[in-house]
Amino acid sequence: MLKKTVLNSAHRAMNARMVDFGGWDMPVNYGSQIEEHNAVRNNCGMFDVSHMCPVDVVGPDCRAFLSRLVANDVAKLKVSGKALYAAMLNDAGGVIDDLIIYFLTDTRFRIVVNAGTAEKDLAWMQAKVAEWKLDVTITQRRDGANNLGIIAVQGPNARAKVWEVLPQAKAATEGLKAFFAAEVDQYFIASTGYTGEDGYEIMLPAGEAEAMWNKLNAAGVAPCGLGARDTLRLEAGMNLYGQDMDETVSPLDAGLAWTVSMNTDRDFVGKSALTAAGQQKQFLGLILLDKGVLRGHQKVTTPHGDGEITSGSFSPTLQQSIALARLPLGVQIGDEVEVDIRGKALKAKVTKPVFARNGKAVI
Amino acid sequence: MSNVLANLKYAASHEWMLLNADGSVTVGITDHAQEALGDLVFVELPEVGAHYDADKEIAVVESVKAAADVYAPIAGTVTEVNQAAADAPESVNQDAYSAWLFKMTPDNVADLDKMLDAAAYQAVADAA
Repeated sequence: MLKKTVLNSAHRAMNARMVDFGGWDMPVNYGSQIEEHNAVRNNCGMFDVSHMCPVDVVGPDCRAFLSRLVANDVAKLKVSGKALYAAMLNDAGGVIDDLIIYFLTDTRFRIVVNAGTAEKDLAWMQAKVAEWKLDVTITQRRDGANNLGIIAVQGPNARAKVWEVLPQAKAATEGLKAFFAAEVDQYFIASTGYTGEDGYEIMLPAGEAEAMWNKLNAAGVAPCGLGARDTLRLEAGMNLYGQDMDETVSPLDAGLAWTVSMNTDRDFVGKSALTAAGQQKQFLGLILLDKGVLRGHQKVTTPHGDGEITSGSFSPTLQQSIALARLPLGVQIGDEVEVDIRGKALKAKVTKPVFARNGKAVI
Repeated sequence: MSNVLANLKYAASHEWMLLNADGSVTVGITDHAQEALGDLVFVELPEVGAHYDADKEIAVVESVKAAADVYAPIAGTVTEVNQAAADAPESVNQDAYSAWLFKMTPDNVADLDKMLDAAAYQAVADAA
């Protein structure tokens, strides 16, 4: 039995093509994935991401808890509303999940974790609260009473469209720089996203999600499926948990070194393992020079040894196939490498791992 | 709802076949297949002159979402490929029954009789 978000019937009413996405019945597209992708790059689109799990962390020991829990440093969160992208590691330094932490007050934070990892994440967090004997309460907000829906509205016109539908939110959100959140009545509105475009992620009481979805659609926001979400995040060079990293992969080998804060006395789970292992691989981009499509798990041959594609697809913005790949140290941006696609060695160029943002190619 | 044409033969693996007057068979993927794959971005065609047994991988179609093999629905030798489909993969999404992939000379034209008719294929597509 697939799990359904609160917007399931809205997707079906819009003729979405539904797929089993990690146990969730989710829309992969509403017709054309490429048109949805382009709507977000050039105008505005919306995604149902209610399968992701908001987690409220409340209590006097919030900071002490989060400081040890994740590899990024919550001491960076000084202004109320500021968000931090972080990896939660196991003792071996592998990534249990990547998540966003929103700082609200010193006794109240909100975390949003991935759909497929939510149960494991919650169990891990609860175990750490007990182990460290901290005064923190962890409450998931995805299922049951008081659950939240999440709608991501993304694209250059996203903010204006959200204000059209939620005029009362304009004053509190128009000044939000990237990676902040504001609470307006029952709405939690964050200037975060997974597309490389401006926009908001709106958390709201689940019972209001369908009305909000339909109002946004009436205002001209295109419904977009998880297919477009994947090509948008791939172009933007954003990691996908389970593909680009997992519990066996160090954040240092997955392009997440920028989220790992090692340079203070602060201890966090996985720190000693990361210090001992150091960086073993580098996380880079590939553009296919021959015709074809790069995909996850394809082998990459370089003069410095073999690597592997972790995510690949066709880039609607570049009109070429692109990928994120874990490659041996020593490979340089600009190098030409070979990718094994169905037994043929096709040529690809190594790039920095970001291809398009804010409506344009950046490569 | 995907479209199934009455004048064609079909394979359960979602290829359509049209018997031409010269005895060759034109092959493409069905409307149901293109719809399931989503926006196509790459088509790899077989080589003219190559012989394939039935059910062998003969071509590849890739959408933004996934790669899918196309199978030789019957045994035969490739006589012609539709380069226009490889140059513009979206043409298969626009009209899967116009944007054919290849033509082949069947080893045994009677093999076509064993393929699905439109009603039988519609049942396969509806169950998928």
